[in-house]
Amino acid sequence: MLGTLLALPTDITGGTYFGFGNFQIQSGNLIVIVVMLVLFVLALVLPFPGSGRSK
Amino acid sequence: MTTTLEPKAGETAAPETEELHTWTGKTRQWLIKVLPSDKLLPEGQPSYVASWIYVFGMGAIASLVYIIISGVILSLNGPAWYHVSALGHFVNSTHLWSVELFFIFMVVHLWGKYWMAAWRGGRVLTWITGVVSFAVSIVAGFTGYLLQTNFDSQWIAFQAKDALNAVGIGAWFNVANLGQIFMWHIVLLPLAVAVIVALHVVLIRVHGVVPPIDAAETDAQLTETAAAHTEGGAR
Repeated sequence: MLGTLLALPTDITGGTYFGFGNFQIQSGNLIVIVVMLVLFVLALVLPFPGSGRSK
Repeated sequence: MTTTLEPKAGETAAPETEELHTWTGKTRQWLIKVLPSDKLLPEGQPSYVASWIYVFGMGAIASLVYIIISGVILSLNGPAWYHVSALGHFVNSTHLWSVELFFIFMVVHLWGKYWMAAWRGGRVLTWITGVVSFAVSIVAGFTGYLLQTNFDSQWIAFQAKDALNAVGIGAWFNVANLGQIFMWHIVLLPLAVAVIVALHVVLIRVHGVVPPIDAAETDAQLTETAAAHTEGGAR
């Protein structure tokens, strides 16, 4: 019984972490933050379709 | 008894309030005054809304709609379906990814509104309902992670339980009680998020979409802050 439990596949991993001195962040969290920042900047910079001469 | 409640476009300012003496009539009169139909379902929006920074609120709502639809499908089929079958796995995954999109859109929406000081022009309640919906959504997302029924969710629950017990809500929000957290996740918290988001949208309809700071002079809400909010609509 214990043997079969131990043989169960476990996909628990620590994940990939990036560290800068005391600061440490997991790759998934970093990706989400970067995506949000990129979206924010693009939303300010890119022209909105169909808004030719809006103020 | 007989009252004429015809909200005219120009002068809706003070309709006859004397005649009404039932709560239904008074509520109707107040609703028509605060949220006339052309504000509730407007034909157009001000020109400054034609910008990408104004789409993220609706992006978050679209994500929320998908979260609720996929959540209903998961609820109707149950864990025995979504933990085992391929299609169940897929729907469960889209439920997670729509939550990721929901939070991404909501945070970009928050940044945009923060930097344009969106609480201007009597829009404080709109701002506050946005903050509350963000907070409640975090709790809803947290309970979702607890329902994975794997080592991850067990780890998250036992990291959180001491803090929740310390603030005294451990009995009603017991992260180690899977059935209770399941009910929080599929009944109470979705209801709370839906109600607060609906209120947020209604308040945006009442007060109008906030203009950029350099277009503030075009905002009826801002130019008439002292007066009653009985202007037609920001155009």
